[in-house]
Amino acid sequence: MASISVQETDFDIAAEIATLKGDRTDMGAIVTFTGTVRDIAGDLQAMTLEHYPGMTEKEIARVAEEAEKRWSLVECRVIHRYGKLLPGDNIVLVITMSAHRHAAFEAADFLMDFLKSRAPFWKLEETNKGGQWVDAKESDADALKRWEQLQ
Amino acid sequence: MQLVYFAWVKERIGKSEEEMHLPGDVRTVDELIDHLISINDIYRAALNDKAAIRVAINQTHVGLDHPVTDADEVAFFPPVTGG
Repeated sequence: MASISVQETDFDIAAEIATLKGDRTDMGAIVTFTGTVRDIAGDLQAMTLEHYPGMTEKEIARVAEEAEKRWSLVECRVIHRYGKLLPGDNIVLVITMSAHRHAAFEAADFLMDFLKSRAPFWKLEETNKGGQWVDAKESDADALKRWEQLQ
Repeated sequence: MQLVYFAWVKERIGKSEEEMHLPGDVRTVDELIDHLISINDIYRAALNDKAAIRVAINQTHVGLDHPVTDADEVAFFPPVTGG
């Protein structure tokens, strides 16, 4: 059963790994993915993440359940932040733990692809020109197709 | 029926949620959008481009042909951009 948090506060990656791992020794691979607020143009003042409380947790749980069906994971944790974030801030953390590395790598990749297209979050970028909702990317939808092909 | 809105859909409609009675002849999400668009220009501006709108019923993603009832929570929002 995956552990899921949707929260305003930041997360500590090392502490999250330590808590998830505990004193278990039945795993040989721990993969983490961290998504952060990107500011390539150099004009981003803040990014506000809006979400749909209730549905967000359910959708992440559905995606995690699917990952746990496909790969043999020992542990799985997803943290997604909402609220006002600054360039460089953490947005999302995925941790997957498995006996061998391939399951952990692939499951983390899968989780991120599906979170991006299913979890009800919306990004509002604030620059000195005002606020602008971020458009969904075609490439994110395309990223899902390779998992369908693999199924 | 409870209607909820997010992101630019919420901004265009000017509220995050509202109660509305579902007319008896509205059976699907597609028909509900048509009904809302017919109410006034505010809903029209928010929902007229159906290809740009995503819908969830009772917090599950659904398509335009999905049935709606007066007991549902129906959410309208742009394609999601989390992660």
